[in-house]
Formats: sequence, C-alpha cells, structure tokens
Amino acid sequence: MTTADTTSQSRAAWPAFDKLGVLIALIAAAAVFLPFAVFRANRIVLGEGLLIPSALSSPSAVLLGLVLLIGVATMLLRVNPLAKLGVGFLVLATLFVLIGQSATFLTPPDNTFARVSPGAGFWLLTFAFALLVTDALTRLKFGPWQRITILALVGVAMAALLWSGAWNDLSILKEFANRAPAFWAEARTHLLLAFGSVAIAILAGVPLGILLYRVKPLRAAVLNTLNIVQTIPSIALFGLLIAPLAWVAANVPGASAIGISGIGIAPAMVALFAYSLLPIVSNTVVGLVNVPEAANDAARGMGMTNRQRLFSVELPLAFPVILTGIRIVLVQNIGLATIAALIGGGGFGVFVFQGIGQTAMDLVLLGAVPTVALAFAAAVVLDAFVEMVSTRERAQ
Amino acid sequence: MSIGLVIRLLVLALLVGFLVSPESFAFVFEPLTKNNQPVIYNQGSLLDLTLNHLLIVAIATALATTVAVGLAILVTRPFGAEFLPLSRSLANVGQTFPPVAVLALAVPMLGFGTAPTLVALFLYGLLPIFENTLTGLTGLPPTVTEAARGMGMTGGQRLVRVELPLALPVILAGVRLSTVISLATATIGSTVAARTLGEVIIAGLLSSNTAFVLQGGLIVGALAVLIYDGLSAIERALTRRTGQGARANA
Repeated sequence: MTTADTTSQSRAAWPAFDKLGVLIALIAAAAVFLPFAVFRANRIVLGEGLLIPSALSSPSAVLLGLVLLIGVATMLLRVNPLAKLGVGFLVLATLFVLIGQSATFLTPPDNTFARVSPGAGFWLLTFAFALLVTDALTRLKFGPWQRITILALVGVAMAALLWSGAWNDLSILKEFANRAPAFWAEARTHLLLAFGSVAIAILAGVPLGILLYRVKPLRAAVLNTLNIVQTIPSIALFGLLIAPLAWVAANVPGASAIGISGIGIAPAMVALFAYSLLPIVSNTVVGLVNVPEAANDAARGMGMTNRQRLFSVELPLAFPVILTGIRIVLVQNIGLATIAALIGGGGFGVFVFQGIGQTAMDLVLLGAVPTVALAFAAAVVLDAFVEMVSTRERAQ
Repeated sequence: MSIGLVIRLLVLALLVGFLVSPESFAFVFEPLTKNNQPVIYNQGSLLDLTLNHLLIVAIATALATTVAVGLAILVTRPFGAEFLPLSRSLANVGQTFPPVAVLALAVPMLGFGTAPTLVALFLYGLLPIFENTLTGLTGLPPTVTEAARGMGMTGGQRLVRVELPLALPVILAGVRLSTVISLATATIGSTVAARTLGEVIIAGLLSSNTAFVLQGGLIVGALAVLIYDGLSAIERALTRRTGQGARANA
C-alpha cells in the first residue's frame, strides 16, 4: 500500500525516466567497454579479453548493438512492465545466442586446445538485463502457475540452445564434452543427495514436530539441540560422520550391503539430513501452534477425536508453514550437497573442487551453474506451491 | 537461566583454554587418531587461525551491515521506493546461490586467498540483514510514524530518532543470523586457501585424521553458539529498552 503511494509521489518528480532503468543502463553501458569474450590458447593459461567488435563477426556485432540500444531505450522509459519483460528476454536470448557464435567465430578451425569463455562484459550485460526482467516480473505480480510456466519456458529455451549445439565451442561445454558420462552420474548423485535427504527429513521431522507440539516440556530441549547442529560447519559435520559410519559399516551386519560406508554418499546424506531437521521440525511446531483456537474448538465440538483433529484440521491448516520449511531446506541442501564432494560423496561439487584445484574456472562453472540453476528452479516452484496452498486456505 | 549462563561460561573457558594450550587437551583427541598421526593440528597455531577466522567474519559482517542497512534505508525512502520490489526479489534470488558456488566464482576475479572469502561472506551476509532491516522499517506501527510526523519531524529526524531505534532489535537479529552463517561459511573459504579454521578440518579430511576435523568443527561450533547467545542477549536488552522508549513516547 505505502509502496504504491510513494511510487506515485516520486513519479511526479521524475516524469519521463525510470530511475531503476537509469541505474541498469549505466551498468549496461559500462559492460560494453569490458571484454565480451575471453580467448585462451589452452584451458589454463591467462586469457585475452575481446571487446564486442572483435569478439563477433561484423553483422553479429551490429545486431547486438541494435538489440542493446532497443533494450536500453526500453529500460530508460516508463513503459508497460510487460513490454520491459518481453524486451528483457529478447536481449538475454540475443546475448546467449551470440556468445555461442562468438566462440565459433574466435576458435581457429581444427584447434582443439583453444578455449573461448564469456567475458566480464557478457556477464555484466546478462546481469543488467536479468535485473530488468526480475523487476518487470516483480511488478507484474504473476500468479503461481504463470511463474512456473515462465520458468518452464526458460528451461525449454535453454535446453533447446544447448541441444542445438550453438554453444558447443564455448569452453564450459568443452569441459562438459570431455566428461559427459561423469557429469550425468554426478547430477544423479547430487539430486539423490538433495532430494533424498529432504525426503527423509520430512518423514522424520514432521512426526517429531507433532510430538513436540503435543509434549511441550520436550520442545525447548530438542529445538535447542537441533539449533546447535546447525552451527557445526558443514565440512566438519561431513567429516565427523566418516568415523561412526565406517564403524557401523564394519560392525552392523548388512549395513555395508545397503551402501553404508565411512566415505562417500552415506555420511553426506546423514549430514544433509541433520541440517534439514531444524527448519522442518520448527516450522511444523510453529504451524501447529498457530492453528486458530476457534478451529480446534469447532473440531472438538463436532466430536472429533484428537487423531481426527490432527489429520483433518491441524495439519492441513499448518501445511503452508511446513511447506515453507521444506522450501528452505531443499534450496539449502541443493547448495550444501556440493560440499559432499570433499568427502567423496559426489555431486556437482566434484567439478567445482576439481576446477579450483586445476585453476580451470570453466570446470568450476560446469559444477556451479547447474547447482545454482537447480536451487533457483526449486525455489521458484516451491514458492509457487506455498502461495497456492496459502491462498487456497484463505479462500476456505 | 543461571544454569545456562554457567554452561556458556564453561564453554567459553574451555574454548579459551584449548586455544591457548591445545596440547593439554591432547588426551581427549588421542583415541581418534590412527597410526601415530599428530593429535593436535600442527601446521599452524590454532589461536592464530581462530583470530584470523573471527577477523574475516567481523570485517565481512561489518561491511555487510553497513551496505545492507544503507540500502534498506534507501529503498524505504520516497526517492528509492521504485527499487523496493526489485531489491526484495533480488534478496530472494540471492539466497538461492550456494556459498561454495559464490566462493568458487569469485576466485577468477580475485585470485586465491582471503579476498574471495571476504567477498562471498559479504554477499552472503547482506541478505539476512537487508531483509530484517526492511521488515523492521516497514513493519513499524503506523501510529508511531504518524505521531512523529504530527510532531513536525522531518524525514531525516523520523529515521534517526524513531524508525531506526525501533527497528534496531530486528536489524540486530539479522546481523546475528548473518554472523552465524558467516562463521560456518568461512570454513569453506579454506578450499580456496583462506586462512580460517577450515584449514584444520580440510587437513583432517585429507589425511583422514578425525581428531583434526573434530578440533576445527568444535572450535567453530563453540564460537557460533557463544556469539549467537551474546548477540541474542544484546537484542533482548535493546527490545526491553525500545519497548520502554515506545511507551514513554506514546
């Protein structure tokens, strides 16, 4: 409410220009003078930065210049957010297609050692126009389904771009081509770690939350313990679980048969599970505590037993809060799973740490970009779900 | 309450004792080593590493607090209101970036060592403080701001004398969250050669020496718990004070 008021006030003072647009346009203008692409004779030597005119063939450079002008004009003027969104996506698509083209243009034929990667200028331009798109999306206040649809469309467009081979000469895809089977194997491990640990945490955490809600004296003690678990740095927790799990694998019959061992996926899974418990348990407790007393009274008046009340009144009403806890944990675990690589647990972290070790930044990107994309997509989808269940509840 | 205080003082005493003279605690970690591995971290002083760790976290958090509070003030003023929706979504998006990724991506620009860790901690620390400051500044009871306006205070006066003091506990909660996250995240900085306690943990992982891992983990954990509690206490004291202040004003 107040935001709308103040916006209209400032609109009177700045009639023609969009203030945010001016800021983003400055970023974009600076980006044009930074290297668009970086050329390196092989994968680890220092690169040579190339500005737009030398990084692209002349027609492509002119095309990029035109599209950028349209983009900057759109962001500077106060036009409809939908138009800003469209132009923002257009500029981003052009940038993404042209960076692939630049790689093809710069790589000498039959040279398999040369590497072309996006330069600071490309990243900054992408950042500027991503800001424009984000701002337009925020202003348009799309509903949950519309947001998921946009995310899916962007995903399909990216998949099409990658599948078409337009990026095959980019360094990051050369790293990928060298280790495609490993990439997919680590991707599966990463997903298994992130989603598996959250699934186990839901199965254990929600009942624990219900128990703590019912048995008040336990509440503070258990929540404090879980709080302390959160303060242990992730790499230490991963490491500390190696010894106990190795012991279990050696001494409990059948444990090693189901894949439990000191290093690898088991300690990573347990550590991620431990980190997931607090948000899920505490959100379950908070959600249940906040169920309106009136709803409970009505349910009791209808003669519901405690169990009926739990499943048909309390849990449904607490569900949006529990789902928010799950959203936090899932996004967090997708990121944390990268650390599993340090203890041999696999996942995209393998490429990140290999890349750091070899100072091959494209390899780091090969691990980091899918992780960020995955976390981002999970956040968008689960935020949409949370919104859906909370609005449904308010409607009832 | 008092039992909790005793436990905390005990943890603090143990922590200081261990940092000053780690060798006298060797018997605790002895059973965790195999094949005559060193019991206490021997590639540098634990005290130095701890101080360096705290210094990195303190610098990053101080910078993050300044920038985040400044930005939050800017976007809640009429002049910056246009940036409010975008900054909210950016804070949301920013939180989905895993710290390891931020750290690794900062390396090509800043090289190995402390610099990328500082940047990653700074960026990661911004978000909780920014969000809490926004909540604090936008969630003030309208009666209070109305009263301040009615008294003829200018925008600047309202900010400094009414809005910021009332929002302070919420802002501090953000600083506390950010500090605790940074304390843990700084350990990851050692993967890009920053001198933090992560060095101890990683040395333990590489030589499969659980004693090292436990030492590093325990020190960071104890620091986090103590700092968390200390900041919570300050927050409670401030809430009490502003609570009284608000009543006196009303």
